[in-house]
Amino acid sequence: MVRSHVLICGGTGCTSSGSVKILDAMNAEIAAKGLQDEIKVVGTGCFGLCALGPIMIVYPEGTFYSCVKVEDVPEIVEEHFLKGRPVERLVYHESKEQDLHHATSLSETAFYKKQKRVALRNCGVINPENIDEYIAMDGYQALGKVLTEMTPDDVIQTILDSGLRGRGGGGFPTGLKWKFASGNRGNVKKFVACNADEGDPGAFMDRSILEGDPHAVIEAMAIAGYAIGADEGYVYVRAEYPIAIHRLEVALKQAREYGLLGKDIFGSGFDFDIQVRFGAGAFVCGEETALMTSIEGNRGEPRPRPPFPAVKGLFGQPTVLNNVETYANIPQIILKGPAWFTAMGTEKSKGTKVFALGGKITNTGLVEVPMGTTLREVIEEIGGGIPNGKKFKAAQTGGPSGGCIPASLIDTPIDYDNLIAIGSMMGSGGLIVMDEDTCMVDLARFFLDFTVDESCGKCTPCRVGTRRLLEILDKIIAGNGELEDLDKLEELSNYIKSASLCGLGQTAPNPVLSTLRYFRDEYVAHIVDKKCPAGVCKSLLQYKIIEDKCKGCTACARKCPVNAISGSVKNPHTIDTSKCIKCGACVATCKFGAIIKE
Amino acid sequence: MKTLAELAAIKARMQNNVALRDGEAGIRVVVGMATCGIAAGARPVLTAFSAEVEKAGLNQKVTVTQTGCIGICQYEPVAEIYEEGKEKVTYVKLDADKVAEIVEKHLKGGNIVEEYTIGAIQK
Repeated sequence: MVRSHVLICGGTGCTSSGSVKILDAMNAEIAAKGLQDEIKVVGTGCFGLCALGPIMIVYPEGTFYSCVKVEDVPEIVEEHFLKGRPVERLVYHESKEQDLHHATSLSETAFYKKQKRVALRNCGVINPENIDEYIAMDGYQALGKVLTEMTPDDVIQTILDSGLRGRGGGGFPTGLKWKFASGNRGNVKKFVACNADEGDPGAFMDRSILEGDPHAVIEAMAIAGYAIGADEGYVYVRAEYPIAIHRLEVALKQAREYGLLGKDIFGSGFDFDIQVRFGAGAFVCGEETALMTSIEGNRGEPRPRPPFPAVKGLFGQPTVLNNVETYANIPQIILKGPAWFTAMGTEKSKGTKVFALGGKITNTGLVEVPMGTTLREVIEEIGGGIPNGKKFKAAQTGGPSGGCIPASLIDTPIDYDNLIAIGSMMGSGGLIVMDEDTCMVDLARFFLDFTVDESCGKCTPCRVGTRRLLEILDKIIAGNGELEDLDKLEELSNYIKSASLCGLGQTAPNPVLSTLRYFRDEYVAHIVDKKCPAGVCKSLLQYKIIEDKCKGCTACARKCPVNAISGSVKNPHTIDTSKCIKCGACVATCKFGAIIKE
Repeated sequence: MKTLAELAAIKARMQNNVALRDGEAGIRVVVGMATCGIAAGARPVLTAFSAEVEKAGLNQKVTVTQTGCIGICQYEPVAEIYEEGKEKVTYVKLDADKVAEIVEKHLKGGNIVEEYTIGAIQK
C-alpha cells in the first residue's frame, strides 16, 4: 500500500544540521494525517550534496528538497503528500532562471549528471540499518556467487583483471595484494582488515560509505577472507565517527543473524566474522603498519616494511588490508565482471573515485566520478564553481600528504599516475579548493603544522625534519625569510621524503614542494618584497586609512579592540601600526571603504 | 540463512518495496488531488491504485502519484494514465471498484476500460 518513500539523509553532515529531528517530525506529522500506511519515511546515508543539507527526496517523483527545516514538515505533508503539490520554495533549483514550476529530480542536476556512482551507489538510496534493503539492491549476491561458484583463485583473478587499485591513497593493485597473501590457504592463520581510519583533513568518503552502505564493506571483507583463506576480519574505524560505528555494528549484527557472517556461510564450509576496533585519533594509524600495531593493542607506531602485511601483518600473520572505498567496489566487480569495471576510467586507473569537495566551492559534498574526469569538470560543473565570483587558484588533493594543482593544470584528467606526475597524489580523495584569497605559503604551513603534530616521533627525519620545515615557513611568513631558505626547504624536504620510515613522513613535505614548484613567486614576494600577495599573512600586512575617503565618523575607532585608531570627529583618522593587531574589525565597520589592507 | 534461494526470496520480497526509488516507472498513474478532487473522494481512489498495483505485482512498471486540479471538477475523482509513446487516458468519476478493474484490465492487460474514460461519459 505504500505509494511514496521519503528519504531523509542521515549522514553526519545532515545529522548535524538537524535531519534526525526532521525525520521524527515527519513521522509524527504523517501519523497525524493518517498517512502512515501510504508514506514511508526512510533514513539513509549521504546523498553527497552536504552544502544543501538537510536533504530530503520524495519518491516516486524524485522531488529533491534542500535545506529543509523542522518547521517545513507540516507544509510538506499537507501540500505534497496529501494534495500532490511539491513545496516549490524548498525544491532545489540550480539557477534562478530555471523554470520554477519544474520540480528538479536529483539525477537531473548538474551535480549528479556527471557522476558515476559505484562505491556510493546505495548511499542515499537505502536505509543502511536495514539489511533487507541492501539485499534488494543485489546485496550479498556477490558473496553467494563467490562461495558457490568460484574458487578462491578465481576471485583473485577477477579482482586482478578489474585493475582495481587501492582507494586509500597508495593506489596499489588490490588483486596483487590479495594474491601475495593467498599462499598456504588453510594451514596458516590469516586476517582481513579494513582501514576506516580516515584522517586527512577534509576527507569523509569512507565515513559516508560506512554510514550509507555498511553491508557492502562487510560483504567485500568476507569475499576477501574467502579469497586469501582468512576467517577473521577487523575494521579499524575512527572513534570520531559515532554514526558510522553505530551503523556498522547494526549491520554486523544483522549479517550474523542472517548467517551471512559466522560459521558455514551458505553451507559452503567457509567461516568468517568481523570485529570492530576504534582508532583513538592519531593520523599515523591510517598508515597500514601503524594501524595493525594499534589493533594489536600497542601504541600506534609504524614498523619497517618489508615484511609487508601480506607476508607478516596483523599479529605476525599474513593480512590483507584495504580501504573502505576499495571494499565498496568489490561486490559489484564480482557481480558485473571485470570488463564492466575496466570500461570506466583511464588506461592504468580503472573505475571511479570518490572525492570529498571542500574549501572555496559552491557544492561542498561528496562526488564520485570515473577516473580520468578532469579537475575542471569536478570543480566547475559538478562542484558549481567558486562562490562569490572569485577566481580559482589551486586545488589540494591528498590532504597533508598530497600537493596542490594550480589553475594552469585544471584540465588534467584525474588518475593515480597523472597526479603523481604533477607532484600531487590521489590520496584518499579529499579535494580542497582554493581561490585567490588563499596564500600558498600559509597553506603549506597549515599542512606542515598538521604533520608536525601528527608525526609519531619514531623516526628522526619525520620527527625533527618536519619541525625544521615548519620553522623555516614560520620565518618566511613572519617576514624574516631569506632567499636561501627556499633552497633549504627543498633540500630538507627531499631528505625527509627519502629517509622517513612510513608514508606519513615520506609524503609530509609534498605540500611544501608542490607549492614551491607552482607558486615560487609567492614565496619570493614574502621574502623579497615582504608582502603577502593574497593578503593572508598578518605580519606582512598593514592596515591604512585613506585620508580622502575618511569622513571622521569614529566608527572604526570605537570598534578597534586595541585602541590603535585615533582622530577627532569629522577629521580623517589614522592607525597606529605598532598597536594594530590586524584583526580587520575596522575594515568591516567602515561604511566608506576608507580602510585598506596592503 | 543457508542457501542462495533464501537470499533470493528476501530480494524478491524487498525489490517491490524499493522499486519506488528508481524514479518514475514506464507507466504513470496520476490522480487529481486538489481540494475538489479530495472532496469528491480522490483519496480512496489514490490508495486503491497503490494497493491494486502492488497486489498485481506491477510496482516496477507502474508509478502512482498525485497532481493538483486537473480542471474538470465535475468529473472528479479523476485519474490520468501516461505511457511512453501512447496517448494519455483520462478516467473519470472513479471509485475503488473501478480502480481495481482498471488496474486489472488496463495496467495489467493493456486494454483501456472505455466505459470509465472521459470520452464515454461525455457522449
